[in-house]
Amino acid sequence: MMDRSLIVAGCIFGLLLALPILLPVFGAGYLTGLIIKAMLLAIAAISLDLLIGHGGMVSLGHAAFVGVGAYAAAIGLESGIENILVLLLITLAVTGLVALVTGTLALRTSGVYFLMITLAFGQMIYFTLTSLAAYGGDDGLTLWSLATLFGSDVVQNGGGLYYVVLGTLLATWWGIYRLSRARFGRVLRAARDNSERAEVMGFPVRRYRLVAYVIAALIAGVSGLLLVQHAEFVSPALAAWQRSGDLIVVVVLGGLASRNGAILGAFFIVIVEEVLGSFIHEWRLIYGPLLVLLVLFAKGGLSDLFAAKPVRRAAQ
Amino acid sequence: MSMTLFLILCLNGLQYGMLLFLIAAGLTLVFGVMGFINLAHGVQYMVGAYLAFFFLQLTGSFALTVLLSLGSALLIGLLLEFFVFRHLYHRSHLDQVLATFGIIIFLNELAKVLFGPTTLSIAPPELLSGSIQLTETLRYPVYRFVTIFAGLAVAVALFLTVSYTRTGMLIRAGATTPEMVSALGVNIQKLFMIVFGVGAMLAGFAGVIAAPIFAIEPGMGDNLLIVAFVVIIIGGVGSIGGAFMAALLVGLIDTLGRSLATIVLSAVFNPSFANQIGPALASMLIYILMAGILVFRPQGLLPAKGGA
Repeated sequence: MMDRSLIVAGCIFGLLLALPILLPVFGAGYLTGLIIKAMLLAIAAISLDLLIGHGGMVSLGHAAFVGVGAYAAAIGLESGIENILVLLLITLAVTGLVALVTGTLALRTSGVYFLMITLAFGQMIYFTLTSLAAYGGDDGLTLWSLATLFGSDVVQNGGGLYYVVLGTLLATWWGIYRLSRARFGRVLRAARDNSERAEVMGFPVRRYRLVAYVIAALIAGVSGLLLVQHAEFVSPALAAWQRSGDLIVVVVLGGLASRNGAILGAFFIVIVEEVLGSFIHEWRLIYGPLLVLLVLFAKGGLSDLFAAKPVRRAAQ
Repeated sequence: MSMTLFLILCLNGLQYGMLLFLIAAGLTLVFGVMGFINLAHGVQYMVGAYLAFFFLQLTGSFALTVLLSLGSALLIGLLLEFFVFRHLYHRSHLDQVLATFGIIIFLNELAKVLFGPTTLSIAPPELLSGSIQLTETLRYPVYRFVTIFAGLAVAVALFLTVSYTRTGMLIRAGATTPEMVSALGVNIQKLFMIVFGVGAMLAGFAGVIAAPIFAIEPGMGDNLLIVAFVVIIIGGVGSIGGAFMAALLVGLIDTLGRSLATIVLSAVFNPSFANQIGPALASMLIYILMAGILVFRPQGLLPAKGGA
């Protein structure tokens, strides 16, 4: 079963690696942008899947960490820091700290209350971002200078941002793959299925969950940093609760506890938005009912089309 | 900071609280009784407002508008229950979140298509468009008073229904052990449908009475939905009394906080700092309250007896 997921992943990443070479045939700029967008969505979705799929923790505030990461990077840029490695450290530090504090409080609850409290923290972060008057407030902030890697533009749109994002996606995929197969992932899943049992077996469940929560937030924060590099713009809308809803859609659409699923889900959403959007302006009229039908009739998600394994039990 | 301003803020807070209660009441019953997370509940508030706009254009009479809107809101709620929600009661919360999220996306877009993306407004009824002299310097619109009393009336009616009628008893019993109630020969499916329909109608009613006060626009229910969730968590899930108390608390804290946070902060810190941090802190207040409740008193302020 794992071999199969590796093969699918190999195909996905091989295709993504080759695309920039094939793309100029179709007109590169627009499509490259679209794929970068999908890959960034996939990175955030894979991190959320660590919480939902493996941990059974349904967070409705995950996009807030994308927002925190993006703003940490943007504020760093505005104060004259240009080295992306320094910005990365700042992003990780800020996102990690926010996640540690909110996670410690949020994980005192579980189930549907966890969903509510993450929603509340997400809203708090959203309102904090809108109040940053010096950095655009509600309207957001256009960034005139972007980060560089020791002066090289390899981490910008004109340079090799595509490969940087692809590399990050690959690293995220691999990191979560190793993590989920290690003892850490097993404990998370054991606690998802029966937290008392895991507790009785001697695992500090809350601490494991907190670590997972912080790791997921850090990854989301990095996707925020890269999003700044790609969009050259930040706004509080990144942290809105609807964005968190979109992330859940991607995770469930792809299938729980499946990294390939999250990638396919992300691409599916971005493509659906573009294709439906180019036919009719009101594509949401189709997209909304599509979600309802998906929940009612297709439970396993996209990854089921490729995997032989039985459908995992949904997170409570 | 004058007494007059304070009084106006309190009245506005009270009125906002009543609106929140109308939305939260249905949400807390559906959540408490059926264990169902309905993100689309806020959209029913928006539907109510648009129905009010539509029927007022059609009939020209406000009383008729209220009646027709309530009926339609009930019908739409029942249809949604029949076609979608009924199939989700036994599914995971994740599925419920996803499906109701899809309904939000659909109805928000539908409102945009049918009525356009711009904000609409309707005038309050002729009879209620005046204002009352409260003190020498303070006049307050009659219509806003009426909304406060409408909220109060609904609260009393709901409380009496849930506490003293047979249906209310079944609702409370169904919240605790639905299987047992079902085994005793009660049609639990029908009970759920009633609860759901009434909840949708109340949210629609909130939308109707809010229509002359706030702008009618696509997505107007989204933020209110989040606040309504805050209300039911603070009040205790499934508890009408808790929802009422929490709605007033949240309404007052939010309204007063938005006006007072900057003033209070500038007494301690320097004004420019207070001006920056004040509005942010004000909009966060209710979420801080909710996080505090969840951490220190997860069952809410006035938990429902028996507990769902």
